[in-house]
Amino acid sequence: MSRVNLRDISLRFRHIWVRNLVTYRRIWKVNFIVPLLEPGFYILAFGLGFSGLIGGVSYAGLQLTYTAFMAPALVATACMWNSFFETTYTSFVRMYYQNTFSGMLATPVSIEEIIVAEIVWAATKAMAAVTIMLAVLIPIGFANYPAALFCIPLAFLGGLAFGSIGMFFTGIIPTIDMFNLPIFLFITPMFLFSGTFFPISGIPEWASIFSLVFPLYHLVELTRFLCIGAMESNPIFNLGYLLAFILVFGYLGLAVMKRRLIQ
Amino acid sequence: MGIIEAQQLVKQFGQFTAVDEVDFTVERGEFFALLGPNGAGKTSTIRMIYGISPLNGGRMNVFGMDIGNDWRKIRSQLGVCQQENTLDPDLTVVQNLLLYSRYFEMDKDFARRRSEELLDFFALAGKRNAKVMQLSGGLARRLQLARALMAEPELLILDEPTIGLDPQSRHQVWDRLLALRKRGLTTVLTTHYMDEAESLCNRLAIIDHGKIIAEGRPSDLIEEYAAESVIEIEEPGENLRNYIRDHAVRHDDLGERLIIYAEPRGELESLIRDKFCVESCRFRAGNLEDVFLRLTGRELRE
Repeated sequence: MSRVNLRDISLRFRHIWVRNLVTYRRIWKVNFIVPLLEPGFYILAFGLGFSGLIGGVSYAGLQLTYTAFMAPALVATACMWNSFFETTYTSFVRMYYQNTFSGMLATPVSIEEIIVAEIVWAATKAMAAVTIMLAVLIPIGFANYPAALFCIPLAFLGGLAFGSIGMFFTGIIPTIDMFNLPIFLFITPMFLFSGTFFPISGIPEWASIFSLVFPLYHLVELTRFLCIGAMESNPIFNLGYLLAFILVFGYLGLAVMKRRLIQ
Repeated sequence: MGIIEAQQLVKQFGQFTAVDEVDFTVERGEFFALLGPNGAGKTSTIRMIYGISPLNGGRMNVFGMDIGNDWRKIRSQLGVCQQENTLDPDLTVVQNLLLYSRYFEMDKDFARRRSEELLDFFALAGKRNAKVMQLSGGLARRLQLARALMAEPELLILDEPTIGLDPQSRHQVWDRLLALRKRGLTTVLTTHYMDEAESLCNRLAIIDHGKIIAEGRPSDLIEEYAAESVIEIEEPGENLRNYIRDHAVRHDDLGERLIIYAEPRGELESLIRDKFCVESCRFRAGNLEDVFLRLTGRELRE
């Protein structure tokens, strides 16, 4: 098996990023509708339908309406979905059905640069989606201006994390249908148990430990801090966890993709 | 110094040895073909030239550099047209060329001029803004060839360039490749179409079970392993079989059909024409297919 060679990563990866951007530009108008409308749907559903049942949520010493509690988590989950889908389904199609990576490997770019470009592109898409969501959430008062703008670079960081683990799954999954497995066993529980729909402080301690493992939990905490100015964890710890997660799964993603493509 | 110098190449996939101590050299300006049945090790060998497949043994030098160390320099002077379609289906014809040129860090103005040149050369100019998804197989293949030539490579590598094309498209590709050969572009081609190898290449190697079993110019190989002239006889009679045995004539007996390797316009030819052509006889020139089948056998593979 060929080992990952970090010295083979140069700025040449930006050309692959540009290729993805040019391809995406043809369909961006359709793609932008989702992050534009998604927060609206959730806020309508939870604000109109749910808040009558729940009343308020106490979080970090504050009494919040349910929608105010949940809105920042929507930003974080949008970041997750966008980047994870990009390096799983989309990258798999490029790799397996379109032979795009094989074509690139006949040029002076390395496999390491291709994978880095895919992950950075996924993070870019996540950042774009979050920017659009903020354009909706800030005017209607669910995210503080201007602090919430820091969610944009944060989304890039989160995108790197979910893009990396997505790449890892792409490197080991035999067929495209089997992405159901990581989505059902990893993404769905993470989506539900990362302090997105209820505060972690309200559940038993043994259960909240699981949440700490999920990168989404750390991203939700940071996003909430930037949007409403309050959080229940330490931002340095959250950032550190996300960085470590990116390094570990970024490297693993490179390793499994290289094993898959260089034979 | 050869453009490609391969020494004792070995490629293993688990227990299976795909390439088994292969040596070959390609000189500047040569059109070299690797011929072999499916699974013989052609594609594995060619993938080692551009460093997408690490060697399990031996050395691969391209332009005098080692592929393991200097892969980036080597690949920047290479044009590769892979067997599978690796074009970007969502992009237009011209976008495919221009985005590809970025990976080589080509100057933008030069890339634009170069793409126009190649669109003309491959008769694709009218399709400039067509989506690749809408191109026919022949057009897509020409575009893939054009893309391989974008960075003005010194070595062109073609893996089964006309596989799955209709006769018209094949000939169009051959015309272009012959024009490139005339310009002196060094080319390595894999194929299992004998006519393709015969009409395009100066020199070829026949590879089977991961080993090179014959190498040389097409005409020399035909002379050595088959014959300049070949006679095929359907339903041969006993007396012909006896004659062949008694006179130790070079032949292949396929039961229903006898293939005799002869001198052109020689005595044997006229003898057979006069005495033994009971059912049907066919007189033709020997070709690479004869060489290939004699060397690799006639039984079905896989």
